[in-house]
Amino acid sequence: MKTTLARLGGVYLLPVAIGIFTLFLIPTSTWLTLTIAGLAMGMMIFLMASGLSLIFGLMDVLNFGHSAFVSFGAFIAASVLAALSSWVSGGSAALNIAALLLAVAAATTFGAAAGWFFERVVVKPVYKDHLRQILVTMGALIVAEQLILAIWGGVPIAVPRPAVLEGSILIGNVAIETYRVFAFLLGLAVYVAMYLVLRRTRIGLLIRAGVENREMVEALGFRIDRLFIGVFMAGSALAAMGGAMWAGYQALITPTLGAEMMILVFIVVIIGGLGSIEGSLLGAIMVGLTANYVAFLMPKMALASNMILMMAILLWRPYGLKPAVQK
Amino acid sequence: MTALSASPAFRRLPAGRLVVYAIVAVIGVVLVLAPFLLHGNVRGIDVAARICIFVVLVASYDLLIGYTGIVSFAHTMFFGLGAYGTAIALKAMGPGFSAILAGGAAGVACALVLAVLIGLLSLRVKAIFFAMVTLAAASVMLVLASQLSDITGGEDGLIYEIPRFFSPATKLLTGADGKVATLFGVPLNGRVALYYFVFLSALVLFLVMVRIVRSPLGTVLEAIRENETRAEAIGYRVVAYRTAIFCLAAVIAALAGILRAVWLKYAGPEAVLSFAIMIDILLMVVIGGMGTMIGAIIGVVIMSLAQFYLKDLMQAAADATSGLPLVPDLLNPDRWLLWLGLLFILLVYFFPAGIAGTLLGKGGHK
Repeated sequence: MKTTLARLGGVYLLPVAIGIFTLFLIPTSTWLTLTIAGLAMGMMIFLMASGLSLIFGLMDVLNFGHSAFVSFGAFIAASVLAALSSWVSGGSAALNIAALLLAVAAATTFGAAAGWFFERVVVKPVYKDHLRQILVTMGALIVAEQLILAIWGGVPIAVPRPAVLEGSILIGNVAIETYRVFAFLLGLAVYVAMYLVLRRTRIGLLIRAGVENREMVEALGFRIDRLFIGVFMAGSALAAMGGAMWAGYQALITPTLGAEMMILVFIVVIIGGLGSIEGSLLGAIMVGLTANYVAFLMPKMALASNMILMMAILLWRPYGLKPAVQK
Repeated sequence: MTALSASPAFRRLPAGRLVVYAIVAVIGVVLVLAPFLLHGNVRGIDVAARICIFVVLVASYDLLIGYTGIVSFAHTMFFGLGAYGTAIALKAMGPGFSAILAGGAAGVACALVLAVLIGLLSLRVKAIFFAMVTLAAASVMLVLASQLSDITGGEDGLIYEIPRFFSPATKLLTGADGKVATLFGVPLNGRVALYYFVFLSALVLFLVMVRIVRSPLGTVLEAIRENETRAEAIGYRVVAYRTAIFCLAAVIAALAGILRAVWLKYAGPEAVLSFAIMIDILLMVVIGGMGTMIGAIIGVVIMSLAQFYLKDLMQAAADATSGLPLVPDLLNPDRWLLWLGLLFILLVYFFPAGIAGTLLGKGGHK
């Protein structure tokens, strides 16, 4: 029994099980809409969570300031979209998409640059000291949040969404928002790219080796500190990209956006197991689906449901579903 | 420290130690005499009571972060449970000491149960993991408090009456003319009684915590902080000790929450449960000095004064630079946390032992 389940996909069946279970509780057309929304939300959370998870796995650093990259990404994307408003609202689909891609690219670039600064200045002096790491990254988070408040002000900002991604596709009587499909595809593309880099390239091999045993990689003569910078920049860039996509999804963003998303990101990372990309994807999809189903079935329980999910999984697997290193 | 150097005859009091004790003595005297020194200054008394309550809260957090090396972000959750328990009971049962007792007990019990659950579930894994789990738990509690508006009053919170004994109309002592007696020109009414209720409760709780860290239990906790594997090897069950101190700190935080609820006559998400309070606690404990207990007093007083005076200073600076772009925005009094955050980061880098720890010559964390 157990081996059959493992052969079919093991823990990867969990989101499917959640989907099938809720199919009995929710009318089919609503269920389809919710599922697409859940998958899209999951993919955006995956963007934010994967970087955090990888940084932790390789460097043993948990960056509480990670949510600052998400917020900055969202606000920078909003500013770029507002500046290109003629492209955004114009009739040409190519210009629409170009504006969005430009906004996401700006956010991602900023994330990478800010990640470099963060790694060099904030995190580097406190490697291998968890307590001071938590304190310092927390302090950096406070400063970053205050900077956002100082630059963009405390009022919610409307994010113009490209006209071509506005509205929804009708399949039968199921309405599917175009933006969600776009977000899902982008997340999937990023996952595939990450998977290929980690599994098929020499750098990916080194990163995976570093997650498993950092000292050994160093002893073999590789410059692990360069890997650290690279992974930190990539992780921060992904967080900013996730933030940018989330800004378009929400259409109205506030400075607390990063902090709100951070809770979900933490839950995802804990569920998935620290340090693994596959785990982050699995956790993100589960959290996205659960959040959407529960929001429909019991609106007041939406956030608590994810907490309960996390507790249940921690009881079952204390190190998460797919930890990078089996301990 | 050897027995020889510890004996008073052979030990000279270092200057740093004297400074710390002098500062704490001054703070203590001011807090003892606050109703008389700050007579007529409502806001001043309010700050004094807030300092008393936060000293307890921060010291109980120091038990975790400073003495045991546990980083928890759920401390405001326990604080809020105590406060909300008291508030809900006072609202439902009417003003009376039985309501405070029942509600407070319920709040403390809830805090204890949650602490046991969280502790047993996640204290056996890494410190960082625990920090994440507590952060998630605390934010869910915050959402619950603002959503279950039938019980908690939602975002608006609860406003209620406290026992008549604490109202300004109560005469503690009656003078010869039948009016309320005065001492140094201050009428001895229920408001004074309430302040001393808060002050003495806080004092007792603080002394209990000082006693705990001086006890064998405190020594074991420090051993766990310094080297977990060795402590386990010597034969101490690390998970049991960690869970025990986590529960203890949670209970004390909930008791501080009761004091806050009684003093404020209000309980709401912003006042007793928000993440901003958690940040305050973290800043206070690090600025004061982790693992020193006495640092809690210094940290709380500095932060409380900074909250009021730093803002004034920043307003002046913002006015002076109003012609420049962005600079006035950064110097806006609402952005005081920005500068405190920078200070906090520098402090963690260069003085990880905090003010009290540096002056007392404690090593702090390496």
